[in-house]
Amino acid sequence: MNDIGIYLQLPFAQHALIAATLIAVISGLVGPFVAARDMAFAVHGTAELAFAGAAAGLLVAGDAVAGALIGSLVVATAIGVLGDRPRERNSAIGVILAVGLGLGVLLLSYYHGFATAATNILFGQIFGVSTRDVVVLSVIAALVVVVMAVIFRPLLFASVDPEVAQARGVRVGLLGFVFVYVLALTVTEAAQVVGTLLVLSLAVTPAATARQLSANPLRVTAIAVGLALLAADGGLILSFAFDSVKPTVFVTFISFGGYALARAYRWLRRDGRILLA
Amino acid sequence: MSIDPIVLRDATLSVGGRSLWSRLCLDIAPGEFVAVLGPNGAGKTSLLRVLLGLQRLSEGSVLVAGQEPRRGSPAVGYVPQQKGFDGDLGIRGRDLVALGAGGHRYGRPWARAAERQRVEAAIEAVGAGSFADNPIGRLSGGEQQRLRIAQALLGDPSVLLCDEPLLSLDLNHQRGVVELIDRRRRSADTAVVFVTHEINPVLPLVDRVLYLVGGRWAVGTPAEVMTGERLSDLYGTVIDVLRVRDRVIVVGAADSATCEPGGADHLHEHAQS
Repeated sequence: MNDIGIYLQLPFAQHALIAATLIAVISGLVGPFVAARDMAFAVHGTAELAFAGAAAGLLVAGDAVAGALIGSLVVATAIGVLGDRPRERNSAIGVILAVGLGLGVLLLSYYHGFATAATNILFGQIFGVSTRDVVVLSVIAALVVVVMAVIFRPLLFASVDPEVAQARGVRVGLLGFVFVYVLALTVTEAAQVVGTLLVLSLAVTPAATARQLSANPLRVTAIAVGLALLAADGGLILSFAFDSVKPTVFVTFISFGGYALARAYRWLRRDGRILLA
Repeated sequence: MSIDPIVLRDATLSVGGRSLWSRLCLDIAPGEFVAVLGPNGAGKTSLLRVLLGLQRLSEGSVLVAGQEPRRGSPAVGYVPQQKGFDGDLGIRGRDLVALGAGGHRYGRPWARAAERQRVEAAIEAVGAGSFADNPIGRLSGGEQQRLRIAQALLGDPSVLLCDEPLLSLDLNHQRGVVELIDRRRRSADTAVVFVTHEINPVLPLVDRVLYLVGGRWAVGTPAEVMTGERLSDLYGTVIDVLRVRDRVIVVGAADSATCEPGGADHLHEHAQS
């Protein structure tokens, strides 16, 4: 076991910790809406397509991160336009995902540089976060937090009760579009830390856990953010201590551990009462 | 003279070239209870959508509370039919009501104190205090509809629009919901437009019936409209209307099964058990 204190003085570790914290906050924030809107597959789809965007970015400008971010906006637009009806959304995402990945592989075959930058997105590269990455991430995280705070109530209304929300004057369709963009940005950033394949452990699992523990929308959100922070930062710090294991492994295990405990609690309290009403 | 809460003049609604109803004229007075009846696809829900400002008339004019209908008008309360919420959808009954108060507002994610008080008062007024803190997905249909009424009445509306609010409720809960709506219109003179395929649960309350069938319509008291002659004329086929004690049974209409109270009640009880 290593001395964690020594690690925390190193810039790469500090960058990693800042990145993990920011990503946990925004993933935890969008998570409850992913659950309420039944969009787990959209998370998975946009995360995988971050790979295609990264490949395009590498080929055009030699910049995987910028490519992934711009790609995520394209993907969000496609999901928003093709999948505006919830029933059609999952098929639309499946279609976009398939063609997007094909495109990513094609682009990568034309790229003669070092393709690790693109494949890194599949598994996460938390220890490769540069100062510039931290700045970009901070700006995006601030944007996501502000947008989510401002649209929180109308988005909740539109997510749980769209017919009445529309009658009350809420722009249900527009909010759905805005949320897909916020989600795509969040997921693409998270993909860089935990990797495309494991974004779900920050954007879906903490919210699923929170919903087992409370039915108060603000508390569900707070618990989801807290659990995402615990998983991301806790996983990172544990990986400093045991450096033979990738942080991604700890992140997913902590995240799942919380969910398993919450389910066990609910199973023991079969009367349906909730812990943090 | 003040203007009626709902005024429809020569109102026509066509969807995809087919006219749902045409040249509909109807003034609804304060405190009046109008039941909207008719077979599926006759445009009952579309009428509500017009009054909510979600759909525009093809021809004619409509005023709600003296104005063109617009979405989110505080003068209009809306009670939809009961629906199934996920068991672990992260909101409580109380939150559903609160969304009616401030759910359309951008800005801070939590409710203001004054808003919370109004929500609390609305919940107490419909007798939902004991279950308002339960997750919405774990409430019965009747409990959910009580909260819907609390939500709809938050803005102190002069018009209450109800779209099949009794659907899939058992008889007891139907009675409770009907009582709440009746109390509201008597105490606050709220006009009620009540879309239903089953008139009997609300028959004692109904001042007038609007019956829509295949582009045609009839308006009048239940005694005037719910007759074999009027309905046969409206449907263009032979319809019998039976009166058994204080119930009305329509026989021979396209969806007569749902108009037969015995049959419908049986289905409801079955669905609840």
